[in-house]
Amino acid sequence: MGNEKQMEQIRTRIWLEEPEPDNPFATKAAYCHGYDVYGGMLGKARWVEMLFLLFRGEAPTSTQSELLETLAVALANPGPRDSSVHAAMCGGVGGSTAASCLIAALAVGAGQLSGGREVFLAMEAWNCCGTNLEAWQRRLAEPADDIASTWPTPEHPPGFDPHGVSATTPVKQTLARLAGISAGARLSWLKANRSFLEVAAGRPLSMSGVAATALADLGFTPEQGEMLHLLLRLPGAAAHALEQWQYGHKKFPFFTIELDNDPAKGAV
Amino acid sequence: MNGSELLQQNTGHLKSSMGACFPGERAVFRGHDLHAELKDLDWVELYVFGITGRRFTPEQLCLLHAMWTYTSYPDARIWNNRVAALAGSARSTPTLALSASLAVTDAVIYGGHPLIRAIDFFIQVRKQMEQGEQLEKVVQVEVQKRRIYGYGRPITSADERLTWLLALARELDLDRGPHLGLSFEVECILLTDNKALQMNYAGLVAALAADLGFSPKEFQLFTFPIVLAGMPPCFIESAERPEGTLFPLSCDHILYEGPPKRQW
Repeated sequence: MGNEKQMEQIRTRIWLEEPEPDNPFATKAAYCHGYDVYGGMLGKARWVEMLFLLFRGEAPTSTQSELLETLAVALANPGPRDSSVHAAMCGGVGGSTAASCLIAALAVGAGQLSGGREVFLAMEAWNCCGTNLEAWQRRLAEPADDIASTWPTPEHPPGFDPHGVSATTPVKQTLARLAGISAGARLSWLKANRSFLEVAAGRPLSMSGVAATALADLGFTPEQGEMLHLLLRLPGAAAHALEQWQYGHKKFPFFTIELDNDPAKGAV
Repeated sequence: MNGSELLQQNTGHLKSSMGACFPGERAVFRGHDLHAELKDLDWVELYVFGITGRRFTPEQLCLLHAMWTYTSYPDARIWNNRVAALAGSARSTPTLALSASLAVTDAVIYGGHPLIRAIDFFIQVRKQMEQGEQLEKVVQVEVQKRRIYGYGRPITSADERLTWLLALARELDLDRGPHLGLSFEVECILLTDNKALQMNYAGLVAALAADLGFSPKEFQLFTFPIVLAGMPPCFIESAERPEGTLFPLSCDHILYEGPPKRQW
């Protein structure tokens, strides 16, 4: 067989694979940013260290590992009241495929209310305002960017809870714990200035706001932070989806609906 | 009313004007009995009625059908289609394949983003012109702020779909709307600086849809399955080939550009 065309290749700075001598499609060794994954990292590297390495290209410090791991525990299960987990359970209860349950959680958990896009926007705000309170106050007073895009116009300041009354205990606990670990400036600054920001936003700090701050302190870009937030919230969605399949649909709320234009009641 | 009160008001039930099913009896779709009143609608007609709450003429529906038909390419190299094909090759399910492919179509350099940016641009520009602004000035201001979508194409500037859709629009007498006219005037202005900025399919579809009265949000929902028909063939063919044989990548297909080997 002639190979007239030049081979098209995928470029990557992340991953190098060396083939087994008997099969160019089989991996003998894989290197992540230069580290031998199966021959050197396995048994030594923690899951969060691998995550950090994949996105940042360097191994994390022990402080960064501890911060990311603590954040991962905080985000692992938003709980069955959360819309993304609710969506996953809608998949699970009907016996939908495992992937569709996670896709459901990702689609709902991608949004601007507690989701990945909110984290992205909040991290953009960190990039813009840093630890300058006046800059935050100015930004929080500005209307949201309403240029048409695939995303809707934000309806609340990212990182704050539009339906909250005050910052919840888990939000405060998570912020305090993460601020106690981080070597970055933002988490500590947020802990010290939370009340001022909440006044400026007119709303309490949310868990996505804390997550965005931690991810910024870890040096992730908004795009990386969005991806990680999506990933780190999946375990709970998966577990709850499986649980609802076991319970069965008769034990899952169906709720009631009230039509204001039911043709059977004479409405047009 | 604070946030928790608003949530409390909405627990457990939904007030809706969109519809409901009454299992064992009937279903209501936007205030109409689905089976008694809407059963003869074709699928696109029902789909756009669900989005807009409006009814469209047979000519308008024909054009809307064509917008989907003319850009459904069963080419497994195209990035969104390739997802469906890879799913077939990896022996995933058709539903997951097509769902993921459509989700991926919500892209920046093609698909969702250009479509919504284009229709929003035409609607906004027309409003500005109605207020007395000069088109050339509006376009120049926009170009300085951000890219104008609906013109230019990632792989080639020529767009083979335009002739066909325009011919149909002409045949249906739907080619004289103000947004379509505007879209060609914008093209003329853009081409003076960059010959590659010919109108693309997103631009044409957006202009025609704006002339049919679609808002950007309605248009976003209408165009969701715009390339769907090209995806099942990609999935089927890959699913029928030996597993894993769609664009297999050997280690040599990966060009590593990262740091040298080091110790963990």
